[in-house]
Amino acid sequence: MWDYLKLTGLGLVAVCAAIAANYAHDLAYQVNAVTVMLAAALAFLWVLRTAGDPKPNLQHEYFDSVVRAGAIATAFWGAVGFLVGVVIALQLAFPQLNFEFLQGYGNFGRLRPLHTSAVIFAFGGNALIMSSFYIVQRTSAARLFGGSLGWFVFWGWQLVIVLAATGYVLGATQGREYAEPVWYVDILITVVWVAFLITFMGTLFKRKEPHIYVANWFLLSMILTVAMLHLVNNAAVPVSIFGSAQVQLYAGVQDAMVQWWYGHNAVGFFLTAGFLGMMYYFVPKQAERPVFSYKLSIIHFWALIFLYIWAGPHHLHYTALPDWASTLGMVFSVILWMPSWGGMINGLMTLSGAWDKLRTDPIIRMMVVSVGFYGMSTFEGPMMSIKAVNSLSHYTDWTIGHVHSGALGWNGMITFGVLYYLVPRLWNRERLYSLKLVSWHFWLATIGIVLYASSMWVSGIMEGLMWREVDANGFLVNAFADTVAAKFPMYVVRAAGGGLFLTGALIMCWNLWMTVRAQPARVTQNSAVPAE
Amino acid sequence: MAKPIKKEQRQVETTGHSWDGIEEYNNPLPRWWVWVFYATIVWGIGYSIAYPAWPLVKGATPGLLGASTRADVEKEIAAVDAANAAIKEKLIAADLNAIGADPELAAYAERAGAAVFRTNCAQCHGSGAAGVEGKGYPNLLDDDWLWGGTMEDIHLTITHGIRNTTDPDARYSQMPAFGTDGILDETQIAQVAEHVLAISGQDHDAAMAAEGATIFAENCAACHMEDGSGDRTQGAPRLNDAIWLYGGSREKIIETVTKARFGVMPNWNQRLSEDEIRAVAFYVHGRGGGE
Repeated sequence: MWDYLKLTGLGLVAVCAAIAANYAHDLAYQVNAVTVMLAAALAFLWVLRTAGDPKPNLQHEYFDSVVRAGAIATAFWGAVGFLVGVVIALQLAFPQLNFEFLQGYGNFGRLRPLHTSAVIFAFGGNALIMSSFYIVQRTSAARLFGGSLGWFVFWGWQLVIVLAATGYVLGATQGREYAEPVWYVDILITVVWVAFLITFMGTLFKRKEPHIYVANWFLLSMILTVAMLHLVNNAAVPVSIFGSAQVQLYAGVQDAMVQWWYGHNAVGFFLTAGFLGMMYYFVPKQAERPVFSYKLSIIHFWALIFLYIWAGPHHLHYTALPDWASTLGMVFSVILWMPSWGGMINGLMTLSGAWDKLRTDPIIRMMVVSVGFYGMSTFEGPMMSIKAVNSLSHYTDWTIGHVHSGALGWNGMITFGVLYYLVPRLWNRERLYSLKLVSWHFWLATIGIVLYASSMWVSGIMEGLMWREVDANGFLVNAFADTVAAKFPMYVVRAAGGGLFLTGALIMCWNLWMTVRAQPARVTQNSAVPAE
Repeated sequence: MAKPIKKEQRQVETTGHSWDGIEEYNNPLPRWWVWVFYATIVWGIGYSIAYPAWPLVKGATPGLLGASTRADVEKEIAAVDAANAAIKEKLIAADLNAIGADPELAAYAERAGAAVFRTNCAQCHGSGAAGVEGKGYPNLLDDDWLWGGTMEDIHLTITHGIRNTTDPDARYSQMPAFGTDGILDETQIAQVAEHVLAISGQDHDAAMAAEGATIFAENCAACHMEDGSGDRTQGAPRLNDAIWLYGGSREKIIETVTKARFGVMPNWNQRLSEDEIRAVAFYVHGRGGGE
């Protein structure tokens, strides 16, 4: 019965998508509709072929196949996202790489959202979904709730990524930073995200542990808040149901404020709270040490989620935004400093008494550096939110450097550590293929980030100073093009740093691949048993 | 079952729970962390009292210091305007050709003109004013002027622009699209192109150029003059030199004759004030080619 319902639903989606493709007003919409049609048709065939197959009772086992798929997707989208990043870094340094034949498809403007979405939502999103599925099962001692709903979340998310990415290249965008996907992709994101919430909450409800582990607080706050942000920021009216264009519900400075309320909290809840959830599980596991302080985890959790949500206006200092909103954004950002650092303290102090592991275990080294970059970015962020600093840093490369020390250093490195931790366990391998390659990855990535961040500091501060330089009569001394010319060497260094980071990630992919392919299997237990 | 995580011998107890082998110490909050957190909160309260911060039903609390970023900007702009007011008036009143004679005025016009140029002109003419060769953006550093290179000419061009639809006084002329409009056939265009190559001292087919000379005299000489020296009163470029706006190769000349060109420059009188226009005219005039 359930299978018939699924078949009917998938068939309907495929037919509707085919009709939509036929009436499409623009190419991006048409390509997206055909993609949806193919996805629904493939899912239809798969359900048809497996309909009536006996379903083994797996309730005593963890649902790890979806986590394995998530690990593969994380590594894959990571490599893709970093590659596009290196390409656009080179396009900025050498504008002739915006080839004539790429105009309208592969020029910087089209590829930039592709890069940001690929690293945040494809790489980061898959990392979050995959690790939260793993963590919530382990710390609840229960199989993931919702049967195959976990698979729906996984494949739905991949579909979102493909639709968004092809849409960007073909010109379908809302033009809202980090919220570029158009209205129908936004609807799909909502459906997938609600399914994610249901699987996660359901697993928590049926947990066999008396308490909810701290990692799950962070992950749940991420899922709930991102849902709210997504719904509010993407409120729009489609111009036609057969087109990718839409009109935003808000206008003017209100629109800008909603967008940056969203934008800042996408960083706060997606890239901070969610990844802190990963940190709270994998750092103690890899270090084999108890978490430093339960009290600190409670206090900094509530302080973080209470304060973060108000910090968005610091993205709009010295704009049409009223002064009062600007002040509040800055004040909340500065107060946010210590709650952010709570996570860093808990991560680093968990290692106290096990510092010797830094010498022998490159995975823990990766996690420690990641937490270190987290601490640095969460100091830099409040500092840049101060109006006087912001008047220099805003619109310059300093912002880009700040984002990347967080994204590459914190999100990237912790995810690499998690992948190195998870892959041998998920595929039941004795150990990683090569710890030496992990060391290589560690150094390439770290040097890459340092080159990236320092070149952007130099470039950003120089740019800011050049923009504000006036002569004795109050006239601007530099043309915009003068700052572009002055930044060239820094752009080359930045691209080189990105190249090192990408190389490290590719080494990781090879190492993980060989771990699964060539390492001896080990016998493990996959049952959901509560820890005593 | 997960391996229990090793614990060191230490005073602090764990909370007693274990999740998948993870336990948590009951360590107190680090003192420095708490104090810095409190300090930022106290600072935040103080700052939000001193500056505009808390939204009310109408407006927001203005803050004890009465700070306002908009007022600050207005004040700064007003201060600069006040400081420059006298010299601006002097610039507007001055005879265009006399600006250079007054060192103080010249220094001001040079700086102001440079700022205006970098902000408004550099996009097309390049930040060094060398234009973009072959793309139709004239080089302003040389002595080859389409519409004249005196102070008055440059001032007029900047004020009203060229071939725009926003100013009826814009400088205007239009070259016919000899190929597209069917005025000349392909052979004739090829011949006239050879003639243009000939008068500009480039390699050419002498026989074709001879044919082309007649076509040139009948179709082109009215604007570009018999010898190809151009006519500044109608912006007709000089053809018997080595400077080309859209390229001087055989292919480019044929393309130009076939499809014609229609370079546009905005009228700046709506965006710049008279003193700014005069300053940037002075700046451009002083780049090397001014007459």
